[in-house]
Amino acid sequence: MEKKKKRLVLRTVILAVLALAIGYTVYGTATKEKVELVAVGSEAPDFTLIDLNGEKHKLSDYKGQGVFLNFWGTWCKPCEKEMPAMDNQYQEFKDQGVQTLAVNIAQTDFEVQNFVDRHNLSFPVVIDKTKSVMTAYNVGQLPATVLIDPDGKVTKIITGEMTEEHIASFMESVKPK
Amino acid sequence: MEKIICACGHSNPYGTKLCEKCGRPLTEEEKQNKVVDMRYDGMAIRSKTYNKSIIDKIWNFFSSVKVGIALIIITLIAASIGTLLPQEFYVKASDMEKGAYYEDVYGVFGKIYYALGLSDLYSSWWFQILVGMLAVSIIVASLDRGIPLHKSLKNQRVKRHESFMKRQRIVAEGQVTAGTEETLDKVAQKMTEMKYAVRRDGSALLAEKGRFSRYGPYINHVGLIIFLGGVMLRLLPGFYVDESIWVREGETRAIPSMDGYFIENRDFILETHDNEPQGEQVKQGVNVVAKNFQTDVTLYKQPEDALPGDTENLEKVKDYSIRVNHPLKEDGFALYQMDYRLNELKQMNFELVHKTTEESLGKVEIDLTNPKKEYDLGNGSSVQILVYTPDFDGFENGEPRTKTSVPNNPAFLFKMTTPETPEGEVSFVEIMQPPLEPLGENQYRMKFAEAEMRDMSGITVRKDKTIPIIFIGGAIFMLGVVIGSYWNHRRLWLQVEPDGRVLMAAHVNKNMFSMKKDLDAVTAFAALPSYKDQLEKDEDSEESANGSIKEKEGDNT
Repeated sequence: MEKKKKRLVLRTVILAVLALAIGYTVYGTATKEKVELVAVGSEAPDFTLIDLNGEKHKLSDYKGQGVFLNFWGTWCKPCEKEMPAMDNQYQEFKDQGVQTLAVNIAQTDFEVQNFVDRHNLSFPVVIDKTKSVMTAYNVGQLPATVLIDPDGKVTKIITGEMTEEHIASFMESVKPK
Repeated sequence: MEKIICACGHSNPYGTKLCEKCGRPLTEEEKQNKVVDMRYDGMAIRSKTYNKSIIDKIWNFFSSVKVGIALIIITLIAASIGTLLPQEFYVKASDMEKGAYYEDVYGVFGKIYYALGLSDLYSSWWFQILVGMLAVSIIVASLDRGIPLHKSLKNQRVKRHESFMKRQRIVAEGQVTAGTEETLDKVAQKMTEMKYAVRRDGSALLAEKGRFSRYGPYINHVGLIIFLGGVMLRLLPGFYVDESIWVREGETRAIPSMDGYFIENRDFILETHDNEPQGEQVKQGVNVVAKNFQTDVTLYKQPEDALPGDTENLEKVKDYSIRVNHPLKEDGFALYQMDYRLNELKQMNFELVHKTTEESLGKVEIDLTNPKKEYDLGNGSSVQILVYTPDFDGFENGEPRTKTSVPNNPAFLFKMTTPETPEGEVSFVEIMQPPLEPLGENQYRMKFAEAEMRDMSGITVRKDKTIPIIFIGGAIFMLGVVIGSYWNHRRLWLQVEPDGRVLMAAHVNKNMFSMKKDLDAVTAFAALPSYKDQLEKDEDSEESANGSIKEKEGDNT
């Protein structure tokens, strides 16, 4: 009887291990295909980039403030459309502890400056010349927006165009309490 | 489950076909057979011993060879369906357009193929479960059969019952011509000479050779499981990376998945053979044949504590020329030359000329990677860039739009100021198009002079820590195949009964021909009775052989 019991336990263990391995493989493949940005709830990868005025922006320097991090390019129409709304809300929230940072993907200073001037943007615009921040955040399609709370954690990821109401509610959500 | 008690008194587990101790056939089926099934040496296959709990039922399902073969066939069919059309991975279309791509290129069949998910078959959940079930089947079936077989081979007895001996394929029976001891000694001597391991027990003898070949299939299965395990490990973070990046000449880019590393493309080189096309080349209409694809790169690394985006203090790691089959290797990663695009605009040179006299007021060199706001030509003339669109795509609300950030179709809105026109004239210049003059007739124009091009290298970033595991798995697999194919397990049983009758039987799992050669040698040497192959189609002896077997069976029971 003892022997039979041992055999049952052994069989259960072997089958369970194999089932887990298969389960993990299927799960792993299913999630690998999706191009995901940084995970919600995880620490936002720190970075430093230089804006058009030559000022350095380090994400971790904004600890204690919410950060509205927007990735964009001049060729991307939805990016352009949401810019004025973003600027309005930036003005609204900058004194309430929500910082806006717009990260351009490796375009020339001329184009970015021209774009900023044309749209009269007042929030800091940094250029990711080597695409290293884009790589760190695994940004695929533009526009992409990452909301970071005052503790430096990612609370929400938005891909695609946002309306002004959305932007306002997103900024509100990462406002320091 | 009840035990089977053999006539010799040994208690065998349920499902045993041949008594573990003496070899007597225990089942009706085996008793009917002229030659017993020696595949597992008559041991009980474990799963057949009982069938109770759900775990045992699952276990028995996977233990079945029929199930295993069915799984192999289903997997083969599925895998071959995946080869009918190119898989999504090899299709040059964005995720959104893939469905349309299959329909456009392959018609209705392509549409159905895509809709059923067959275009990404190998990473589908069901295919992976299928392969996983095959792995379970291999493991369970091997354990169920390999362990009893191992036990049986390890605990073999020298003396077997007559009924076991007579049910072997090769049998011989007769009187010894010399003395019992002398005959046994001679057989032992000859068999040892032929590299058999000989054991004796009283008047019985067992000579055995190449037993390890019986483990071939199990070694083979171990290799297969290691192989599959290696493939599975690719999913674990840190084991496998396969990314690609485009880097233009002069650009420095962060390398995806290779944190902290940057690559600068210094030069892309494409060399071709400059021979006159001949032979096959002409037949296939190939004009030039490439000799070399090469990217000269510099690899940089950030200081340890640097953050993404901080490219101020990059440390140079090395210069390298990446060529086909000569990847740049660093930190477990390999960077391969995979693709290239030639001649992307890098710089455009214009001359500011008077429209009628063609008199030049100077040259403007616009670096498209860093255009300036204003170019001073001296003598009171200057050119301002009001708008630059790298990939002009028409106007929208009066503003020129760019389709991408790549300079495929650069367009400029210039403001030209000369002593003659101090107010400035505005001109919209698009490549290969006459300039537009939105604010009225101009006196001056920007005349295109020349362009500088640059190339782009497609680099693949790869890291695969599973290769040694997959390699070892493959090697073990092959070892198993070789052991099982080129060696065979040969056994010879010889017993001299008290009445001077000699009984001989032989078994080999494959390659009967070699066994017979050994038998011929020992039979001649020790003057043994001649043997008979019970499976040989021998018209004359068939009848009588059957008859005699039946007769003797009666004797035994």
